[in-house]
Amino acid sequence: MLNFSRWAVFAIILPLAIGVLCAIPSFLPDATVAHLPRFMQTRVNLGLDLSGGSHLLLEASTQDVAKQRLTNMEDQVRTELRRSDPRIAIGDISSRDGKLSFMVREPSQVDAAVERIRPLTQGAGLTGQRDFNVEVVNSSTIVITPTDAGIKSAVKSAMEVATEVIRKRIDEMGTREPTIQQQGDNRIVVQVPGLGDPKALKDLLGQTAKLEFKLVDTTANPSEVAQGRAPVGSEVLKYPANPSGVPFIAVKRQVMVSGEDLTDATQGYDQSNQAIVNIRFNSAGGRRFGQVTSQNVNRPFAIILDNQVLSAPNINEPILGGSAQIAGSFTVESANQLAIALRSGKLPVALTVVEERTVGPGLGADSIRAGLIASIVAVVAVAAFMFVSYGRFGMYANLAVAINVAVILGVMGMLGATLTLPGIAGFVLTIGTAVDANVLIYERIREERRRGRNVVASIEHGYKEASRTIFEANVTHAIAGGIMLALGSGPVKGFAIVLLIGIATSVFTAVTFTRMVVANWVRRTRPTDIHI
Amino acid sequence: MKLLKLVPDNTNIGFVAVRKWAFALTALLTVLAVGATAHKGLNLGVDFVGGLMIEAKFPQAVETDKVRATIGSLGVGESSLQQFGDPKTVQIRLPLPEQGGAGAANAVVEKTRKAMTAQFPGVTFSRYDTVSGKVSGELIQNGVLAVVLAILGIAVFSWFRYEWQFGVSTFVAIVHDVLMTLGFFAITQLEFDLNIIAAVLTIVGYSINDKMVIDDRIRENMRKYRKMDMKSLIDLSVNETLPRTVMTSVTILLALGALLLLGGHVLRGFTAAMMLGIIVGTYSSVYVSSSLLISLGLSPQTSEKKAGKKGDYAGTAERVGPRDDGAKP
Repeated sequence: MLNFSRWAVFAIILPLAIGVLCAIPSFLPDATVAHLPRFMQTRVNLGLDLSGGSHLLLEASTQDVAKQRLTNMEDQVRTELRRSDPRIAIGDISSRDGKLSFMVREPSQVDAAVERIRPLTQGAGLTGQRDFNVEVVNSSTIVITPTDAGIKSAVKSAMEVATEVIRKRIDEMGTREPTIQQQGDNRIVVQVPGLGDPKALKDLLGQTAKLEFKLVDTTANPSEVAQGRAPVGSEVLKYPANPSGVPFIAVKRQVMVSGEDLTDATQGYDQSNQAIVNIRFNSAGGRRFGQVTSQNVNRPFAIILDNQVLSAPNINEPILGGSAQIAGSFTVESANQLAIALRSGKLPVALTVVEERTVGPGLGADSIRAGLIASIVAVVAVAAFMFVSYGRFGMYANLAVAINVAVILGVMGMLGATLTLPGIAGFVLTIGTAVDANVLIYERIREERRRGRNVVASIEHGYKEASRTIFEANVTHAIAGGIMLALGSGPVKGFAIVLLIGIATSVFTAVTFTRMVVANWVRRTRPTDIHI
Repeated sequence: MKLLKLVPDNTNIGFVAVRKWAFALTALLTVLAVGATAHKGLNLGVDFVGGLMIEAKFPQAVETDKVRATIGSLGVGESSLQQFGDPKTVQIRLPLPEQGGAGAANAVVEKTRKAMTAQFPGVTFSRYDTVSGKVSGELIQNGVLAVVLAILGIAVFSWFRYEWQFGVSTFVAIVHDVLMTLGFFAITQLEFDLNIIAAVLTIVGYSINDKMVIDDRIRENMRKYRKMDMKSLIDLSVNETLPRTVMTSVTILLALGALLLLGGHVLRGFTAAMMLGIIVGTYSSVYVSSSLLISLGLSPQTSEKKAGKKGDYAGTAERVGPRDDGAKP
């Protein structure tokens, strides 16, 4: 064991040197790191608990997506059958238990109706997978049931769009380096460092921002509307700011123009200095808006956001320029938020915050300082203890620990891993356990010496016997770490990462590296007795 | 310079002889720990029960009763307060509003902030967490699953690697360590949150580490001294590894002690759990798991069979006969 070939020495030193080198940028200020070559720009990211900031876990309701799809299907079926020639009359439309069913009035037309509906139920793409199943029950009722695969793919695409919309909204807020990630089937994790108060962010993400313009149904009976009943072709919506006092209003089901036709939205002021949102339509939307407003002069229309009426102004003259104003008791802040939400598009599904963790920047800085001091004290205490116990060999172990700490940081930098507060604890614990390997080896060497073996044989035996034990012990330790990484969330993951990297690097530094150093010393000095 | 030796050379403590006492004591303590957990319950954090947790930092020391009164008048539900770290920091826990989702939780935070700022100028909310019931349920589930999987995974590993007796004794000892940790949290009523799960898993990892080292030595000695009876063999193995066991425990306790005193209040519960776990884990390695091997009927023959069958790593050269070991018993 005393003979380490030049190549072996090189193979041991090189990875350690690279690891240590990669750890350096984490301690340098931003400006200096920017000047370094690309491969050196490896830094450990700080977790939100250290840097301060907000962590939000948003969840979309899969049921909502399914319901939405069924509503869309209902609309499609109506239009399709109404448009067909001869027209197919249907009735008793209901969507219950996640199924859409309706009756074809003329039994002879059932087959034709199924024929017309089929194309609507085919999934997009070439897989030939069906999004809905169509069956005929009781010879005149058609039941459309969504397939699981169909719902799954709908949720998937809704989540993709939602993630994109959220990214746009957060970018518009001008926050730096947000992390937005889809998690599981129906969740999105949003992490924004350095944000002390996430209220504005949450308000923004909580808005679906589905904007619609519909005509007000002026023929509806006010007392029926108050009870939630609307004439055929109309629906009753909430209207909290209704000047008449009743918080409901009946509007036509048909959409004049929707938010999809917007090209821009900005916050502005009206003549009375009230905050409003100015919107601009694309050419198709502008044309349609102009057309409908020309046909309905002197009638009111409703501006609807997320199925709630914001305001229902009168159409005094045709609005032709392709732009409009949204008024409705806004503050400057809320108008600005709505403008951002409208610009970034509507969320395909409503999201709710199911978990939130916010750490103020002050606490984060305190934690880093405390963690750093604790680490330094821990290192010094452990190093002193090792020196007192094993003398020269203790110092070799200490050198190994110092390199190990740097290498862990370097590896974390290379992997772009995140250091969290429990991660710092992981560090301190790794310092403690890393010397365990050396303790095992040195105790074994002591034993072998007591048994009367000579110096070289004792060292050789000590390393050989202890290495096996160290390997066994670390495998089991890694099992615990791996489970933490797989099942843990947030901070626990940060702890597991440090622990796992630490296990891997400490075996290398504590066993291989110290063995080389010890061998070198023994070869040079040829001691007949060792003080251990 | 004379080097420090915490355990003198040739220490020979009869651990096995006192095993009946050790088992009885261990069983008693475990029952007490379980009883305390069942009786007092754990002070589960918002991570596991859902709700709203606000950590408020005041410019000067503050009476919790005053804070409680301020929050009580808001009608946001029953609050529970706790001094946290130092007298200037108070942790406030509130139930999540039942309806209204994210916006409602937001409103509660804002309402509390407004009232507190009016009453105690200069107060800041240094951290706040809201966890919905659904997420907290999942976190509990994952936490319990992680601990159970870790224990099982490790027990199965040592079963396959060695004899089944090692797997069982390790399993028993680790379950003991985990139960003692739970008991500690029940008695101290320190908050049991997500980080503590990490601490428990670390305890499991460390404790197994300790047992592996001793088990490894037992196996080595079983091959070396075929004629020795199990009791002396286990005593020998535990005593031989004792210097290492003590050294490592002391180093880790030193490192954790630094963290406990200087690492800031957020990590205090976490560190306390780990320190306790290391003490308990070391105890169970030395007094419980090795002696349990005898009660489980481990004998040199079982080791032979397994080693022969598996063509083990130890190699045949090692098994030819006892080495010249000088003055060893």
